[in-house]
Amino acid sequence: MAVTQLVGSKIHRREDPRLITGHGHYIDDFTRQGTAYAAFVRSPLAHARIKSIDVTDASKAPGVTGVYTARDFKSLLAGTHPAAPAFVAEKKFVPERFPIAEKEVCYQGEIVAAVLAETKAQAADAAGLIQVEYDELPAVMDLEKALEKNSPKSHTDGPDNVCWDFTYTGPDITEAAFKEADVVVKERILQNRLAPVPMEPRGVLAEFEGFDKKLTIWMSSQNPHFIRLFVSGAMGLKESQVRVISPDVGGGFGSKISPYPEDYLVPTLSRLAERPVKWIETRTESIQNATHGRGQFYDCEVAAKKDGTLLGMRVVQYLDVGAYHGTFGAFQPVACLMAGGAYKWKGISARTVGVLTNRVPTDPYRGAGRPEATHLVERMVDLVALELKMDPVDIRRKNFIQPKDFPFTQSFGLVVDSGDYDKALDKALEHAGYAELRKKQAELRKQGRYMGIGFSTWIELCGFGPSAATAPATGGIALVESAQVRVTPTGSVLVYTGTHSHGQGHETTFPQIVADQLGVPYESVELRHGDTAEGTAFGYGTYGSRSLAVGGVAISRAVGKVIDKSKKLAAHMLEAAEEDVVFEHGAFHVKGSPDKSKAFGEVAFASYGMSLPEGMEQGLEAVAYFDPPNLVWPFGTHIAVVEIDAETGTPLITKYVAVDDCGNIINPMIVDGQIHGGIVQAIGQALYEEVVYDDDSGQLKTGTMIDYMLPSANEIPTMIIDKTITPSPTNELGVKGIGEAGTIAASAAVINAICDALSPLGIKHVDMPATPDRLWKMMKEARQ
Amino acid sequence: MKHKVTTTVNGRQHEREVEPRLLLVHYLRDELGLTGTHIGCDTSQCGACTILVDGKAVKSCTMFAVQAEGRSLTTIEGMAKDGELHPIQQAFWDEHGLQCGYCTPGFIMAAAYLLDQNPNPTEDEIRKGLEGNLCRCTGYVNIVKAVQSAAKTMSTSPAKKATVTAGGN
Repeated sequence: MAVTQLVGSKIHRREDPRLITGHGHYIDDFTRQGTAYAAFVRSPLAHARIKSIDVTDASKAPGVTGVYTARDFKSLLAGTHPAAPAFVAEKKFVPERFPIAEKEVCYQGEIVAAVLAETKAQAADAAGLIQVEYDELPAVMDLEKALEKNSPKSHTDGPDNVCWDFTYTGPDITEAAFKEADVVVKERILQNRLAPVPMEPRGVLAEFEGFDKKLTIWMSSQNPHFIRLFVSGAMGLKESQVRVISPDVGGGFGSKISPYPEDYLVPTLSRLAERPVKWIETRTESIQNATHGRGQFYDCEVAAKKDGTLLGMRVVQYLDVGAYHGTFGAFQPVACLMAGGAYKWKGISARTVGVLTNRVPTDPYRGAGRPEATHLVERMVDLVALELKMDPVDIRRKNFIQPKDFPFTQSFGLVVDSGDYDKALDKALEHAGYAELRKKQAELRKQGRYMGIGFSTWIELCGFGPSAATAPATGGIALVESAQVRVTPTGSVLVYTGTHSHGQGHETTFPQIVADQLGVPYESVELRHGDTAEGTAFGYGTYGSRSLAVGGVAISRAVGKVIDKSKKLAAHMLEAAEEDVVFEHGAFHVKGSPDKSKAFGEVAFASYGMSLPEGMEQGLEAVAYFDPPNLVWPFGTHIAVVEIDAETGTPLITKYVAVDDCGNIINPMIVDGQIHGGIVQAIGQALYEEVVYDDDSGQLKTGTMIDYMLPSANEIPTMIIDKTITPSPTNELGVKGIGEAGTIAASAAVINAICDALSPLGIKHVDMPATPDRLWKMMKEARQ
Repeated sequence: MKHKVTTTVNGRQHEREVEPRLLLVHYLRDELGLTGTHIGCDTSQCGACTILVDGKAVKSCTMFAVQAEGRSLTTIEGMAKDGELHPIQQAFWDEHGLQCGYCTPGFIMAAAYLLDQNPNPTEDEIRKGLEGNLCRCTGYVNIVKAVQSAAKTMSTSPAKKATVTAGGN
């Protein structure tokens, strides 16, 4: 039966015909009659007091309909930028943030004025005519110096630069673990600050209809319901008065989760100007203002026995919060909770320090906290192996949590639901041809060539998440997921999800699940998302590899409710008892009489008629919310082989193997695509990407795609991709997440390979990005 | 002061009065309503706005609209003919060569020119040939596969090849 084969099959994506022909609908493709265009004036300084703003020339410029500064918004926007407590509930200092600066600017790019004009070009021209006088203040850029007593402050009204300083309560045996250690290795590990750079920058089109007091916002968002919640609150509107539509979105990677200043300012400008207002971010604005990821360093110590048994870890995370607390910025300390990786430890102690600086805020970026944890533990384990002259494979195997140990409660009380780490490692070693690679390495070393093999036996927690864990982390709203399934009288099925697809292919994969469960043709099922006016009361958006493991399960449960009602009605139609009715292959029949059946479509039609069982209402639709009992735990092994040019320091990835386990797979083509993209994003971090600010002035030095290097097709190796399948016991679909896996896994594999390659020179650790320049200098120093 | 510009886009002639500073990509999107050509940067790095100008791949943010006077342009909207996808479009669909889809029109146009110049490229030649276009979702793996697959289809079907070399029309 074809219908039983949809889940697990490569189905061509439904999204694609419009996208490959140029008929997608991204934010800049929308406009409204009478639209005015907004341009923002942004601070050129990282930290300064605003002395005066002169708008005289700009106001007189051609096409300008209004120039606005902070005072114009004061009476129309309430509150401060939302900051979810996330994994650090106790904050020392969270600076107030109004969407437009009035007295003090705290990062380069902060908005100080807005212009509205008839055309984009006129708005941009006029923005250049606004004269702002500043008193420059010292910029806080270095995390360690920022924590010193006499450091300048990133906000003049703050007590110091500490946003949070929090020690996690782990088992009290870490110190004991260090006492019984034969070796202790220490390292400081940097996490370079990254710009998410979705190919489509952000944008907002807002139309406030004053007489109806209705606001419609079209924007490029991963998270339309949260935006409605925040913006309606700030503007003094009811959620029901605001509709947020997030159409085709050209990538997010975490940078389109949280609300931004423009998300409040553009709708308020529409209210002020009494006409629709549109703003589309330029790339420079994007790199300067969209939240950054990572931007951390870790001081870590690991205690181990001579035989390679890992005992204890002490870790301190220093995190560059930026100038303001990102809405979900305090999620990133999850890195501390995940620092133990795939291994058993006697104890881990962890502390996170969030430091306020004069850079743009950090917030989740693909993987958020979990790439950092993987990079940390995989680097540290390699350093222990190097110290003990052990093979990196052996030390991993020796310490893996074993299949019999699941569910496994790790150091901070998180329960790892399932895993089989050796299995993925075995498969990856086979693909890589490990023994041969080591032989080849020995030969190349004799020739003075630097080739290394790097491992990342990664694990991940994702699928946010259980209400008990997530409601306190967001400050109230649990990250569960909702779904609505509506069956029309003629049997077509409309499915509404609260997740948002911006490349993940939900329009394809979610109907695969529904069509299988209902036994109806795939073509009769359609997925809708991204519009708060449609579907359930609240949707929770897409991030943290949650869409399938939470949203997909909610859909499956709503389908279950539809089937339950259909079954009652089918029993009535078949004049049989409900318990005698069987639902198979899209039809209901009485047990033992498969020839006498009612197809699902017939039952759907009947549900809108008059012959219903007593007490049954017309119609066939259901809403379900899924509150998962646990997070889900993907894992895998990545192996990178890297050769470094002895003369120039240029690293070249010559082989890349990824064996990943995301549980049951709905569409293997889409899963592989997610892995490819994730790996390349991590290769970007490992080898090329870094947001650089001038240490003294706080000027952004990588504000364009010329200076901020994304990998192109020419930098990327071919990859060997394979899977193991360990279904998650946490949900009935047996699924986990795969959206972030590649990014979580790959940086450690690449850097471990580079360190392995350079180990003959006595180089133990290399920070990211491992550019030719950095490697050449390290090699030169090591040779001296 | 506005200038009159006459162009042929996807086989249709257009006449507009435009500002001399108007970029070709803005002309296509805002004047002609052809929004399939995207803007992903402001420094001509990303390639999302790639189109064909007289059959040659050009980043349409690097030209002023007035420079396109008398030229024949092909945008992504002109690639499918009579309801049939161009083999490169079909290959991107078949090989999952796109995720969010934002960079895709630029990649398809760049690939069209690449295959026009080199109908049987090696993997290395494809990767080098596409290095002017950036994608953040796919890791390029399936984009490369899509171009390989399109090359194969187009080399076995001369009629399909012709739709590409026709370039501007």
